[in-house]
Amino acid sequence: MSQPIKPLLTARYGIAESWKLANAEAAGAYRVARQALTTRKPAELREEVKKANLRGRGGAGFPAGVKWGFLNKQEGEEIYLVINADESEPGTFKDRSIMDLDPHRLVEGAIISCFAIDAHVAYIYVRGELAFSIGRLEQAIADARTAGYLGERPFGIDHSIQVYIHSGAGAYICGEETALLNSLEGRRGEPRLKPPFPAVKGAFGMPTIVNNVETIASVPDIIEMGGDAWAALGRLPGDGGQRIYGVSGHVKNPGLFEAPVGITMRELIDEYAGGMLGNRPLKAVIPGGSSTPVLDPHRKVDAPNADHPLHKWHGKSEIDVPMGVDTYRALGTMLGTCCAIVMDDTVNMVEACRNLMRFYKHESCGQCTPCREGTGWLVDVLDNLCAGRGKPEDVDLLVNISNNMMGNTICAFADGTAMPMLGMVQKFRDEFMEAAIKGVPDGVRHDDSVRSIVMGVA
Amino acid sequence: MVFALTREREQRVDEILTRYPERRAALLPVLWLCQRQNGWISPEVVEYVSDRLELSTATVKGVVTFYTMFFDEPVGENVVWVCRTLSCDLRGGKAIQDHLEQKLGCTAGHTSADGKFTLLKAECLAACGQAPMVQINDYYYENLDVERLDRIIDAHASKGGEAAAAEFSTFARFGSPRQSGAGPTSAPPPPSKEAVRLASQPPPPAPMPPSGDTGDEDS
Repeated sequence: MSQPIKPLLTARYGIAESWKLANAEAAGAYRVARQALTTRKPAELREEVKKANLRGRGGAGFPAGVKWGFLNKQEGEEIYLVINADESEPGTFKDRSIMDLDPHRLVEGAIISCFAIDAHVAYIYVRGELAFSIGRLEQAIADARTAGYLGERPFGIDHSIQVYIHSGAGAYICGEETALLNSLEGRRGEPRLKPPFPAVKGAFGMPTIVNNVETIASVPDIIEMGGDAWAALGRLPGDGGQRIYGVSGHVKNPGLFEAPVGITMRELIDEYAGGMLGNRPLKAVIPGGSSTPVLDPHRKVDAPNADHPLHKWHGKSEIDVPMGVDTYRALGTMLGTCCAIVMDDTVNMVEACRNLMRFYKHESCGQCTPCREGTGWLVDVLDNLCAGRGKPEDVDLLVNISNNMMGNTICAFADGTAMPMLGMVQKFRDEFMEAAIKGVPDGVRHDDSVRSIVMGVA
Repeated sequence: MVFALTREREQRVDEILTRYPERRAALLPVLWLCQRQNGWISPEVVEYVSDRLELSTATVKGVVTFYTMFFDEPVGENVVWVCRTLSCDLRGGKAIQDHLEQKLGCTAGHTSADGKFTLLKAECLAACGQAPMVQINDYYYENLDVERLDRIIDAHASKGGEAAAAEFSTFARFGSPRQSGAGPTSAPPPPSKEAVRLASQPPPPAPMPPSGDTGDEDS
């Protein structure tokens, strides 16, 4: 059973009108920023973030402190901080809560981060659908500026900091950092070739750090507690702190929960999210957004060698491995955004897969042929399987298409499509073969467990 | 007809241009201002924006067509986006879409005969924990069932979008985004149920109920 924790990121969510400056400040907002800007040196702050083992919260899990370390400002260059609030990965809904319920935590994080990396301008790129969050953030920024925490001389120091909101307009791919930069510059949101990486040549050709909302929102606590103490909140080596977990799908209590890094999926589902809806059996869970390969609770960790990173969990269910960037990579999936999609035994995995592949077909930017065509082919093959027009070879065709997408494109979108596709076939091959022979019965849906609630019939 | 922004919006454009080192970067924000005024990005709007930002019309049009939220044809008074990605579908997203199509008398991708609603299918809107959900204009409506959905749609038809949002949207219960936080608040209202739920309390001990428990709380 999990021990109760002291909430950090979500500490102010429950305060009445927590988004107002006066209320947030009464609960501690901007205290750390004031102290950091007036008494600390930027290099010290960067060192704390590095010690914190803060793994990027946007999905890739890259150590934020290391990313900051890639900056190497040349004469005449300006550094930009870009905060990625283009939260669009299916299953993921955590960043929005920070913007809506505690926008000042994000603004405070942006102020400290700008000071630490020697940036004078931060752009927060918010997906266009979140008009409400945009309004909330704009108000928070205006109030912080009036209070003297932003602007020419934040807290009276000689380091101007401006924070601007840039609204997207509906495109999942703009969450990819270089597509985001193109969109920020007023272009189509098509990813750029790397290298050069943004830390060398990013927004407007200048060195740029792109960090997720939750990553930046973690910075005030890291500076306040010290990097080592914050890192120790996590239960895994090299992966520090607390984070916001999300759970959607067939659980009793879907929502957001703050917990240490390294709880298990079983804890997340059973303890935090109240267990399965209607106490039905858990069939599968997509651990951290739709691009992360699915977990099957019936599969056991196979790590008999003592030097395998998951040896400690050899023979245990996949959902009993602690959730961390490195442990999940060793498990053959990804931690992603830590927002799980939970599916009970009523779900047909071929249909579920088709739903997600339609998403990728819709969202592929179309720049690279393997991705533009591959996502469409995957949907076509799945459509055929579901309609009963499939054949057993089609299952291997799904694998073949996926393998030809991986690693052959400018950005990771194609990999993010192919990996979950391959995971689905690998773990639920029987179901795909059955669909290839019999099709998927008409009327099979994902929402059998809840339809009576939605339709208002007992 | 030549398109022009209102004077206030023109001032906004001037201010937006100061935020970026390059003029072109103002393209998305300026397109948003135009769409808010005009309802959609008409060819006249494209002309205006290309003049204002010194870009070719082809460049502007290329950007407009890349993003799903810029409309390159007129839409109804209210735009209803129904989320059909997996998390919503697991909680009844298809039932919500079916019901909307029946109620509005048009399929997704079309506008109702009275011009009041355009129904569009959306990909994940980042509200997965509150599924099923729809976005109508600027607001999210979450944890839907068809009965509540009917009331929401009816309120839009009879009272307009802002009044409907004030009554039904999730955000309404979080307060207006424009409420200034500059001064101390007197007698703040109690925190909303959502806010409290979102705040991470240590999880209550909730082991799996013994088999045989029917999970009454879900029915």
